[in-house]
Amino acid sequence: MTDVTGTNGELVTADGRPLRASLARALRRQKLQALLLVAPLFLFILVSFVLPIADMLFRSVENSIVAKVLPETTTALRSWDPQGDALPGEEVYAALYRDMLIAAKNRTATRVGQRLNYESSGFSSLFRSSARKVKRIKAGPYKPAMIKAHKKWGKLETWQVIANYNARYTPGYFYAAVDARIDTDGGVTMQDEDKRIYVNLFLRTLGLSLTITLATLVLGFPAAYLLALLPTAKSNLLLILVLLPFWTSLLVRTTAWIALLQQQGVINEFLVFLSIVGTDDRPRLIHNQVGTVIAMTHILLPFMVLPLYSVMKTIPKSYVRAAISLGAHPWRAFWAVYFPSTVPGIGAGAILVFILAIGYYITPDLVGGTSGTFISNRIALHISSSLNWGLAAALGVILLGIVLALYLLYDKIVGIDNMKLG
Amino acid sequence: MPGGARDALPDMVDEGSDVAETSSDGVAVGGAGGANDNAFVRFAEVQKSYDGISLVVKSLNLDIAKGEFLTMLGPSGSGKTTCLMMLAGFEPATYGEIYLDGQPINNVPPHKRDIGMVFQNYALFPHMTVAENLAFPLNVRRMGKAEVQERVQRALDMVQLGAFGGRRPAQLSGGQQQRVAVARALVFDPKLVLMDEPLGALDKQLREQMQYEIKHIHENLEVTVVYVTHDQSEALTMSNRIAVFNDGVIQQLAPPADLYERPDNSFVAQFIGENNKLTGTLAARNGTGCEVTLDTGESVKALAVNTGAVGERTMLSLRPERVMVDPGEGQCDTRVPGRVEELIYLGDHIRTRISVCGRDDFIVKVPNSTEHAGLAPGNDVALGWRLEDCRALDMPANE
Ligand SMILES: Nc1ncnc2c1ncn2[C@@H]1O[C@H](COP(=O)(O)OP(=O)(O)OP(=O)(O)O)[C@@H](O)[C@H]1O
Ligand SMILES: [Mg+2]
Repeated sequence: MTDVTGTNGELVTADGRPLRASLARALRRQKLQALLLVAPLFLFILVSFVLPIADMLFRSVENSIVAKVLPETTTALRSWDPQGDALPGEEVYAALYRDMLIAAKNRTATRVGQRLNYESSGFSSLFRSSARKVKRIKAGPYKPAMIKAHKKWGKLETWQVIANYNARYTPGYFYAAVDARIDTDGGVTMQDEDKRIYVNLFLRTLGLSLTITLATLVLGFPAAYLLALLPTAKSNLLLILVLLPFWTSLLVRTTAWIALLQQQGVINEFLVFLSIVGTDDRPRLIHNQVGTVIAMTHILLPFMVLPLYSVMKTIPKSYVRAAISLGAHPWRAFWAVYFPSTVPGIGAGAILVFILAIGYYITPDLVGGTSGTFISNRIALHISSSLNWGLAAALGVILLGIVLALYLLYDKIVGIDNMKLG
Repeated sequence: MPGGARDALPDMVDEGSDVAETSSDGVAVGGAGGANDNAFVRFAEVQKSYDGISLVVKSLNLDIAKGEFLTMLGPSGSGKTTCLMMLAGFEPATYGEIYLDGQPINNVPPHKRDIGMVFQNYALFPHMTVAENLAFPLNVRRMGKAEVQERVQRALDMVQLGAFGGRRPAQLSGGQQQRVAVARALVFDPKLVLMDEPLGALDKQLREQMQYEIKHIHENLEVTVVYVTHDQSEALTMSNRIAVFNDGVIQQLAPPADLYERPDNSFVAQFIGENNKLTGTLAARNGTGCEVTLDTGESVKALAVNTGAVGERTMLSLRPERVMVDPGEGQCDTRVPGRVEELIYLGDHIRTRISVCGRDDFIVKVPNSTEHAGLAPGNDVALGWRLEDCRALDMPANE
C-alpha cells in the first residue's frame, strides 16, 4: 500500500494534503462544469417561471396601494378607534384632503377606489368623484367640505373599511377566497349564504378531479394491461394510438367533444336513432359536469395509461404463471399477484391525472357551462376580467397548497420512491 | 442451420435410439407410445409450433418414471422451456397428447394440474413476505390456519431458512431466494416439480451447493423432477436420466454415464464433455466394429455406432482420457503418429495438444506420471486407442 497517514491519523495524498481536501478539489471542477451546463436553463426557469409565480403569490397578501396613495390619512387614522361610533376628527379629513389632491394629480385615486371596492361596493365611484371635486375645495375646515363633496365620507362604515384595509399586508384576500370577510368592526365572519362561491367551487373542483381520476383509472388499466401483454411490435403501434391525442391541439380535441356531445350532436343523434331516448328528452351531455368529466377523462387518459404501462411492462410474466402453477385460479392470480405489483403505476398515474385535473382551465371553460367549471376558471376571471389579482393569487395559493398537501399525503401512503413515470 | 440439416435430424435420431436401446442398460427410452404403461409423465407424439411455420418441438416421445430426476439439456433455443411450459399447461401442444399419472392433461387448466414450478428468475411475489409466499399455494387450497403455519415452517426448515419467514424476497440473497422458490414449489406436495434453469443466476460455488441441496431434497421427498438446464455438468451430477435436446428433437435419452461414455450421435458426443473428432469414410463393416479410412489416408478401427453404408462419410469420436500416449504392444487396436504442440499443466494430469492425422486440435489427457515426463512441444509421439473407445458416428451437417 502506498497511502500515507498524516499526523492526526487522517489519510493524506502524496503531496501531504489531506485526502478529503484533495478529493473535494478534484471534484470541484466537475461540479462547476455541471453547474455551467445547467445554468442557462436554470436562469430561464428562474426568470420566466419562478419569479413571476413568486410575484403572483405575493400579491395574495400585498396591500400597499392604500397606504401608498393615502399616506397621511393612514397615519392620521391610527389615533381613531374604528370600534367606536364617532367619525374621525378634522385632522383626518385634512390629511385626506391633502392625499386626495396629490392622488388626483397623479391619477392614482381610482386605483385605491378599485382596491377598496373589492371589500365594499361604492368605493370606486366615491374615489372617482372625490378626486374630481377635491380640487374645488379651497379652504378648511375640511370635514364638512369632504362630506359635502361625497356624502359617503360622513359614513362610519367608509372609515372602518379604510382603517381595516390600510396595512401593507392583508389576509383579506384569503378570507375572501374561503367565503369569509373582515367585518367592519375588524372581526372575521362568513359571507352571507348567497354570496358564498369559492368553498363550493373548491369542493366541486376536488370532486370532479377525483371522478376524472377514477374514470381514467377504470378505462386506462385494461388498456395498459393489454399493451403490456402484447408483443413489443404490436404494443408500440397501440402506444402510438395512445399518444396520438398529444399531436392535436387541446382546443381541437375539446371542440371535437362539443360537436359530439351537444344537444344536436353525434351522440345524441345516435341515441335518438337507436330509440334509446326520445328526440325531446335528449340528455344534456355538455355545458354541465357530465361534459367536463367526459372531455377531461379523454384528454387526461394518456397520463394514466403511460405510467401504468411502464410499470406493467416490468412485471415478469412468470409472476402470474407462478401463482397459477401454485394452484390459483387465473383471476385470483391476477388480483393477488399482478394487481399489487401495479400499485406504484396506479399511484403515479392517479396523482399525475389528479394534479393536472385540479388545475385544468380550458376544457371546463369550453364544455363546463356554469355547473362544470373549476376553480381555475374563477382565477382566470379575476385575472382577466375583474382584475382582482389579489384574490386570484389567494385562490392560486390555496390550490397550490391543496396539491402539495395531497402530494405529501401520497408520499406518506405510497411513497414517492415507489412512483414510476416511465 | 441450413434446411438440409434440419430435415436430416429426425431420421438420425431414429437410428440413434435403436442403438441406445441395446447399449444403455435396459433404461426405457422414448420410443413409440405404449412401451411403458406405468410412466408417470408421458409425451406422446407431441409437436409444438408458435408461428405455424416452423416446429419448435418435433414429434416428442418421452416417458418419465415416478420419482425420477430427469433433466432436459440442450443449447439455447432447442425447445426445453417449451416442453416444460406444455407440461405445466402454459403453452398448448400443437399436436399430440401429454399424460400425467395416466390421465391426459391437454385440457386440464394449469392451476388444476398440481405441478410445482421453479422459475429461472424465482418469481417470488415481491409484495409478500417469504412466509406469505410459501403460504400462498396452501391458502389457495383452503387449508386450515394451523396447518398452513406448520407446513410453511417445515418447508422453511427444509431449505434452512427457518428464521427468514418475515422477510421480503428483496431482502434475501440470490441463493436464499432460490431456496424459497424451491420450498414454495414443494410446500403443497405436488405430484411433479418442474425447474427451468433454477440455478442460472447463481455464481459457480453457490450453484454447486444448490445442486447438492436440490438433489438431496429430491431423494428425501421422492418427488418426480423435470429439470431444465444448459449446463452439462449440472445435468451430469444431478440427474437419473438426461434428455439431450437439439433443434426440437431429443438426440439421446440416457443416464449420465451412458451419455458420456456411449454417445449415440455426433451432436451428443460434441455437446457432452470434451471430444476429439476425426473424419473419414467408412471402408468396411464387420459386426459391431468397422474400419474407417481417414481423410489423410490412415486406416482406423472403430465401433460402428451410427454409420451409413460403406463409402459414406463418418465422424470418429474419442474422449481425451481414452487416448494413450506411446502405448505398449497389444494395448490398443489403432496406432497413429503425432507431434506434441502444446502442454498445459493441470496438476494431476497434463492437457496435451497434439497434431494427428491432419488435425492440430487433438487433445489428450496425459496422467502426470514419470513415464510421460519427457513430453515436450515438438516431440514426436505415438498415439493409440482401443476399438471400443473410438465411436464411428454420423457426420455433423456442418463438416
Ligand atoms: N412465446 C414464443 N413465441 C414464439 N416463439 C417462441 C416463443 N417461445 C419460444 N419461442 C421459440 O421457440 C424456440 C425454443 O424456445 P425455448 O424457450 O423452448 O428454448 P430453450 O431450449 O428453453 O432455450 P434457452 O436455453 O435459451 O432457455 C426458440 O427458437 C424460440 O425463439
Ligand atoms: Mg429456456
